Parts: sequence; structure tokens; C-alpha cells
Amino acid sequence: MAMSEPAASDTQSDGDDAEAIRVEDLHKSFGSLEVLKGVSLTAHKGDVVAIIGGSGSGKSTFLRCINFLETPSSGRIVVNGEEIQMRADGSPVNRRQIERVRTRLGMVFQAFNLWTHRTLLENVIEVPVHVLKVPKDRAIKRAKELLERVGLGDRGDTFPSFLSGGQQQRAAIARALAVDPSVMLFDEPTSALDPELVGEVLTVIRDLAAEGRTMLLVTHEMKFAREVATHVVYLFEGRIEEQGPPAELFGNPKSARLKQFLKTVG
Amino acid sequence: MTQWRALLQPHRIVLMAIFTGLVIWCAFALRWDWVPQYAPLAVEGLWRTIWILILTSVLGFMLAIPLGLAQAVGPWYLSAPAKLFCTIIRGTPLLLQIWLLYYGLGSLFPQIPWIRGSELWPYLRQAWPYAVLALTLSYAGYEGEVMRGAFSSVNRGQLEAANAFGMPRFTMFRRIWLPQAIRNVLPTLGGETILQLKATPLVATITVVEIYSVSSRVRADTFIVYEPLLLLAVFYMMIAGLITLLFRRFEEQVPKR
Repeated sequence: MAMSEPAASDTQSDGDDAEAIRVEDLHKSFGSLEVLKGVSLTAHKGDVVAIIGGSGSGKSTFLRCINFLETPSSGRIVVNGEEIQMRADGSPVNRRQIERVRTRLGMVFQAFNLWTHRTLLENVIEVPVHVLKVPKDRAIKRAKELLERVGLGDRGDTFPSFLSGGQQQRAAIARALAVDPSVMLFDEPTSALDPELVGEVLTVIRDLAAEGRTMLLVTHEMKFAREVATHVVYLFEGRIEEQGPPAELFGNPKSARLKQFLKTVG
Repeated sequence: MTQWRALLQPHRIVLMAIFTGLVIWCAFALRWDWVPQYAPLAVEGLWRTIWILILTSVLGFMLAIPLGLAQAVGPWYLSAPAKLFCTIIRGTPLLLQIWLLYYGLGSLFPQIPWIRGSELWPYLRQAWPYAVLALTLSYAGYEGEVMRGAFSSVNRGQLEAANAFGMPRFTMFRRIWLPQAIRNVLPTLGGETILQLKATPLVATITVVEIYSVSSRVRADTFIVYEPLLLLAVFYMMIAGLITLLFRRFEEQVPKR
């Protein structure tokens, strides 16, 4: 439904207009509380879709439904052209399919969720070695490159609890990159960070956007969303209230609720 | 160096002197002439205590994992029996369990022809399999309860991250959930293993010759009471010390901040 122009700096030459993720009419209820009331969204390769909204608007739930961390109540989800088979109640038909699709979606959490009993290097090679069955020496080589890239090249042997929040989040991004994801999902990646640590994480995400990675980004950082997103979606009470290119959405919001929201978040 | 200097404070020096004096007094004032005669038996008993401890702790812990998992996240038809098992084991004296198994099963088995005829019979007519079984079930019962808490205590985000990357369930259990659960309760497990060590003398009551029963033998043969018991205490303390060191090594695998 949402159409957006491909990122200017797109380096993925294999079809900028190819569909990465399509979500149709997604509903999600927790008991009698309906959190998502029919959300549809399409992201093409190279898109950076920022999802904004107040707390309780359903933006995190939406993101978590895409990789089935939450089971949707109904709707359609298509990742890289593969539709996830759902029963009438939204539960997945085939856990294997979910697992396979999940390995293509690199997720970054608000609370980092690095595995605390493993070093950074072990965190980054964990999924490649034990899920994707990449030879260990190759996984280690790649993991070192990725840690280098997020500025943690010398911290491979450190355990997560010895690092700052910003460092942990950068390591978590390296872990997500290690599976070579076709889409990256960011769930409020800077919300748990001290203000002075937000910048270093945003810098890493900005670089990823610049190289044309497809990303879905739930965020409270409006300036950042405006800067890196190719498309912005404003959720209000489980529905898409307004969406469009960032310049339009932030510069000339049409809905009264979005105007109000942008005023309150500054 | 600084560690050694810390020992050289007046009150510590006095205490160490008193302790050394006690040891010297024990060495010279008490009777140790029975030691050479009973040394081979003592070594045998010590060895039996150690392997019974290791075998029952390892087997018991392997049982404790499913018991804990069933209680933490299992459906009712798994969690209810697991809960019942742990309650019974924890609610009855170990001595009673050992006797029930030894005198109960031990007198039942000889009446069943196919058991008498089986290849296991040469073992089942001895006492130690019943001792191992009873101690294993006991350790499983206590540790099953510990592991229930351990599995529940693992941070949900840790498992969610594994899920989000498409990790199959068993891989997640083996690589993330179980190691973190065990790590959370390592200090408890170390303490429980020392308790298990100190439960092993009970198997002497069903004729298994471990180190405690050797000291009883010495007392019965020679009427020397204290010396064997003192030596016995030293042995148990040394094994307990080894267990503590071993678990400390495990804990150091993941440094804490």
C-alpha cells in the first residue's frame, strides 16, 4: 500500500522496486484489547521505513508481529515474496517456515538482549554457526569484520555486562548483520540508552541506511527518522493515521493528531 | 605477596599457632597405630564415597533438568507428576528412601524369575545399586525444584533474541536457556552437592562399604573411637573443599561485573 521512492544511495542493484516485506490488514488483539486494527505496509528493497507514534499506538507490536514474536490475530505477511502461512486465528501453520523467515530478518531490540553468558564475538557467531551452519572459521572472520565496523573490533572477548549500553547496542547490530538479513527490524534501538550514548548507535544505523539496507525502524528520534527514512508511517491507536515521505510528513502534516503528536515530541 | 601479608596480623598468627598446636597434639597424643592396617580399606572406602557422589550427582542432575523444565513450563500432565515426585522426595527422610528401596525392591526382585535370570541379576543382588538409585532420586528431587526456579529466572529477552533469529527450539534450549539457567543457580548447586556428599554415609546402613563404614569398622575392631572420626572429618572436609573449588571454576567461566 505504501509506495516510496527507492533510497537515493541504494547500492543493492538487484531490483530497487522488488518487494521486501508486505503486510496486509494486520490485526492483533491481546484479549479484548485490539492493539492493531488493520495495518498494511509495503517496504521495497532499500527502503528505510520509520514507524512513529505515541506509546500504546501499536508500533512495537506491529514490528514484533512481522517476525511472529507476537502472533497476529489475522492478516497477511509476505517476506521476500514468501507468504507466511497462518491459520484462521493467525497462528503459524509451520514453525519451520517461521524459523526460516526469521533468519532473514535481523532484529535489534530496545533492551539489546545480547546473550549474557557469551562474549561479543560468540554472540555474533552464534546464529551463523548454530542455526545457519556456516563453518566456524568463516563466521569468526566475518564477525570480526562486523565488530570492527561498529567500532568494537577490540572488544570481541568481552562479556556484554562489561560494556556501556551504546556499545551493547552496537554489538547487537553486529549480531543482526551477521545473518546477512534481507530486512533489519529495529525496535526502539535507542530508547534504553543514556542521552549521550544515543549518537553512536544512530551513527551506525545511519551508515546502514546509506548503504541501502532495507530497514523497518520503530523510533522516538524524530530528527533521525526525518533524516534517514525514505518513508514514515504514523500509527495512532492501531491504525495508520498518516504516511508519506519524511519531508512531507514532518514538514506538512495533514492529520490533526499527527500535528499534535509532533508538537508534543518536539 | 599482599595476600600472604594479610595473614601476618597478630590475631591471625595467634589463631594459626593454636591450630598448629592442636594438630601436633593430635599427631602425638592420640593413637594412630591402627592406620597402616586399615589404610587399604580406607582408600577403597574413600574411592567408593567419591564415585557414588559423582555418579549420583551427575545422574540426579540429568533427571533434575526435565523435572525442573516440566514444572517451569510443562503442561499439567507433566508438571503435576514432577511436582509430586519432588514433594515426596523432599518430604521424606533419605534414610527411609534408602531402606524402602533396599529392603522393598531388594526383597521383591528375587521373587521375580525373569529378573533372577537376567544379566543384571549379579548387580541387583548387591547393595550398591540401591544406594546409587536412592541417592540419585534424592538429588533429582531437590535439584528438580532448584532447576524449576532456574528455568523461570532466565530473562525473557534472552530467549526472545534466540527466537527472533530463527533458532530452533532445541538449539535454543541447549545453547541459551539451559546454560543460563545453570549459571544462575551454580552457587546453590555447589552447596547441594556438598550436602549430597554428607548424605553418603547413610548408605553404610545397607552394607555399602564407603569411608564412613570403614571408620565404624575400626571402632568395632579396636575400640578406638575418636581418632577414626577425626580422620573421617578431615576426609569429608577435603572433598567438600574440592567441590567448592570445582564450582568456583565453573562460576569463573563467565565473569561477573
